[in-house]
Amino acid sequence: MAKADLFGDALWDQYSNVVSERMNNPRNQGEITEEEAESKNGKLIVADFGAESCGDAVRLYWLVEKDTDKILNAKFRSFGCGTAIASSDMMVDLCIGKTVDEAVKITNIDVELALRDDPETPAVPGQKMHCSVMAYDVIKEAAALYKGVDSKTFEEETILCECARVSLATVQEVIRLNDLKTVEEITDYTKAGAFCKSCIREGGHEKKDYYLVDVLRDIRADMDSEKLKESADAGLTGDFSKMTMVQRIKAIDKIIDNSVREFLIADGGNMEVIDIRDTDQGFIDVYIRYLGACSTCSTSTTGTLYAIESTLKTELSENIRVLPI
Amino acid sequence: MRIYLDNNATTKVDESVVELMRPYFSEMYGNPNSLHKFGSETHRGMSKAINQVYSAINASDEDDIVFTSCATESNNWVIKSVWLDVIQGGDRNHIITTEVEHPSVLSTFKFLESQGVQVTYLPVNSDGFVSAETVKSFVTEKTALVSVMMANNETGVIFPIKEIAKICHENGSLFHTDAVQSVGKIPVDVQDLGVDFLSMSAHKFHGPKGVGALYIKSGKNISPMFHGGSQMGGHRSGTLNVPLIIGMGQAIENAVNNIPNFNSETRRLRDKIEDALLTQLKDTFVVGDRDNRTPNTILISVRGVEGEGMLWDLDKKFGIAAATGSACASEDLEANPVLEAIGAEEDLAHTAIRLTLSRYTTEADADYTIEKFIESANRLRAISSSYATVQAQNII
Repeated sequence: MAKADLFGDALWDQYSNVVSERMNNPRNQGEITEEEAESKNGKLIVADFGAESCGDAVRLYWLVEKDTDKILNAKFRSFGCGTAIASSDMMVDLCIGKTVDEAVKITNIDVELALRDDPETPAVPGQKMHCSVMAYDVIKEAAALYKGVDSKTFEEETILCECARVSLATVQEVIRLNDLKTVEEITDYTKAGAFCKSCIREGGHEKKDYYLVDVLRDIRADMDSEKLKESADAGLTGDFSKMTMVQRIKAIDKIIDNSVREFLIADGGNMEVIDIRDTDQGFIDVYIRYLGACSTCSTSTTGTLYAIESTLKTELSENIRVLPI
Repeated sequence: MRIYLDNNATTKVDESVVELMRPYFSEMYGNPNSLHKFGSETHRGMSKAINQVYSAINASDEDDIVFTSCATESNNWVIKSVWLDVIQGGDRNHIITTEVEHPSVLSTFKFLESQGVQVTYLPVNSDGFVSAETVKSFVTEKTALVSVMMANNETGVIFPIKEIAKICHENGSLFHTDAVQSVGKIPVDVQDLGVDFLSMSAHKFHGPKGVGALYIKSGKNISPMFHGGSQMGGHRSGTLNVPLIIGMGQAIENAVNNIPNFNSETRRLRDKIEDALLTQLKDTFVVGDRDNRTPNTILISVRGVEGEGMLWDLDKKFGIAAATGSACASEDLEANPVLEAIGAEEDLAHTAIRLTLSRYTTEADADYTIEKFIESANRLRAISSSYATVQAQNII
């Protein structure tokens, strides 16, 4: 998108009115104390996520009713930009009234959708999407505290791209199925890497466990070695055009040994395969060198050559041309 | 109310400069290289502008001051030309700069590094300062070029250019200084400083955007980057940007004449704001010794308040334009590299706000800024997790 990349829209002009509103007047900022929790027969949960050193940190307060696991009240405190404050504020709105199990299902996508002015227009530009991701992460921490478990329990699958919520498994599958060769293609197919771009390669805004460049490289390596195994399994009787160089030479030699070589040897000559090259026009050129008496024989370019070529064409591939050097 | 406190990013063009430039757009619009009257009648204004720039930095008539499109061009030119002329095919393969240079210097140095040149990036101390001794300890007989800015754009801290130039010359190394943030703010005298190369940019001293210059000391010629019509004595081809150059000349003269006022009155307002914020807001600090800073700059860290959030309140609610540091980085709004470089606590990495005044800043502007800065900081601290009273139950 050349022209669009040359000069972007002013950052804050891309924020929705809802985001501006929530930044200017957050509704749910504040704290909940032990006393308040006890007076309502509830459990107080206070969970942190993020770090000031990274530029985004949020503390979530839940007042959970003990018998029903219902979140009676919630508040937040946030260190961050306008998007972070607005996302945290909206996230708290989405939590209140839900049970802990229901709240855990809230994702950053839900928060961002709730911040939109209209369903079609994103609430924030791509590079700001990661601010809303913390909303999802801190809920998991809070739920884990409530249930007394590790927060990783709530992750159903390993997420590679947090902003677009694309799992590692999805990226791997999409690469294989579509024979993708570049990170740009992965982004086109899955949206992974389209937003904050931290998951593309190491050294971005945030450190990640998995990066697209590494996953792509590893899956392509797997795919290549699978192809090699396929070729090896197909052996010397499979499709000639799909064989490796080594297999091709072996296959040709085998045919020559069976049908041609004894006649050349009987007349004091022989031949060897020097190179095999695929051409743009779809031919497979087999370069051979005549040895001994064959090298000076007149049929080496006529009858003998035709015999060798037609044998190989029949047995291996009709695209073969034999070229004596 | 609109208050512009981002003058280290760019400045308003002086009205008298706009008026001076105007006839060169629609009446005296000829190309100075043309033979006819349209061309020749631009020469008087051009010569005057050239002399104004030479005087402003006390360059001698034997030196070259070549007009460019901006300081980014000047910086790229000198660094890359030294690479091509001196380093390639020569026996010196080492260049030195600081960690706090403007991206137009740092990125160019990183580019040269990728091409195999040895690079040293000098660290700053907790005051954001680089001493001449630090430079000396890294200079070797392999050092071809040292580039140290005269004043830092984020902190305003002034570096010991004269001393560093001396060290470079004793060692046979070339010395370049990016003086973008010092020209027009503090005295700049190239005879006294002894630099080989100096970059400047008009839009930092109330001149128009799109024009800058590279000062080249007599005898230190570097290959041109732009080949073509041989303007600027063959140093930098391209039709001379007459109106902008004329604007730059008048702007630099006005700014240099204003330096005494800048260092007294503008400084007084700057100090007033700085003192008020430091005393009325707890957990704040300003980077760099006030007596060794450009007189208009404050880089203040406000614990518990993230930079973009603070800028939002200042701009959207109160019409005050400020920055978190380098305008070039504002798209990403990443951590301020200077705070990291001075060794500040990690938690403060995103808390820096830069306020930079100009000669147009008034007492009323300063008072309003103090009041609204404090109001914004307090509002955001009330939302901030850093100042929460109830502690979290999990450990991150």
